Amino acid sequence: GGAYWVDSQQKRYVPVKGDHVIGIVTAKAGDVFKLDVGGSEQASLSYLAFEGATKRNRPNVQVGDLIYGQFLVANKDMEPEMVCIDSSGRSSGMGIIGQDGFLFKVSLGLIRKLLAPKCEIIQELSQLYPFELVLGMNGRIWVKAKTVQQTLIIVNILEACEYMTAEQRKQALAKLSGN
Amino acid sequence: FMQRGLDSQTKKQLEEEEKKIISEEHWYLDLPDLKEKESFIIEERSFMPCEDLLYGRMSFKGFNPEIEKLMIQMNSKCKEEEIEVDDKMEADVSDEEMARRYETLVGTIGKKFLRKRDQRVLQDEDEDGNSNTRPSKKAKKKFLKPQD
Repeated sequence: GGAYWVDSQQKRYVPVKGDHVIGIVTAKAGDVFKLDVGGSEQASLSYLAFEGATKRNRPNVQVGDLIYGQFLVANKDMEPEMVCIDSSGRSSGMGIIGQDGFLFKVSLGLIRKLLAPKCEIIQELSQLYPFELVLGMNGRIWVKAKTVQQTLIIVNILEACEYMTAEQRKQALAKLSGN
Repeated sequence: FMQRGLDSQTKKQLEEEEKKIISEEHWYLDLPDLKEKESFIIEERSFMPCEDLLYGRMSFKGFNPEIEKLMIQMNSKCKEEEIEVDDKMEADVSDEEMARRYETLVGTIGKKFLRKRDQRVLQDEDEDGNSNTRPSKKAKKKFLKPQD
């Protein structure tokens, strides 16, 4: 209680400590990976910051892979650092995001809407067909469904949700579930 | 210098004098102590605590069962903090059964430590109890004199 926040629409992400984001591996420099998180700088990720990683047992990360992790350090004076492990040493869902699927970008406001508890959009979509979804606070969403067509449908709905009203969305979904 | 010979008292005196000299030379601010204002404003840059956002990885209709398990775990951590922890551990075995088992257990372990002769006695007693028709054997065999 007693918290105030300013909610505004923005597309550009600013790294914040503790935020979970999706990053794209752009370079591998010795023991550290460079990730593009959509901010002004690239974030660094050490290969030891994965669950069960040791010097001998390195994670299998290639350039171009998608990583879901959280920021360990993120301030305006330093290069942001990410980890794929939480404070107790467990990965809890973070790490390399698997093969296939589709990554796209939305505005930050939409992500917040989607992550709100009891989000209607997510609930309605979950009734359609089985799929997997990863939402990064940096505006990136990764979707994977059984077929390419289903994946693209979900992508289009999520992108359009920005501007559709609830009514229009329900109509669109009704049409789809009717098909 | 000459520290071994000095008593503790004279040592203390010397130290105090040194301190006095030092503190007189040090500059200090002659201002009243400013109270540190406790700032009641805490800056938080992330949105997570504001709107109580869910965890970012989700799976629906059983697409990825591990993530579904994770979803339940993560989201329950946020919401159900008020559930009291059940302190009482549920016993796997009921008290009665425990007493019964313990009773027999004491017997069996006790037998292990009996001397050999006592073990025979016990065995005979058991046999007597089982079948009354058998003639009772002597508990201890008396020493038989070797016949010439």
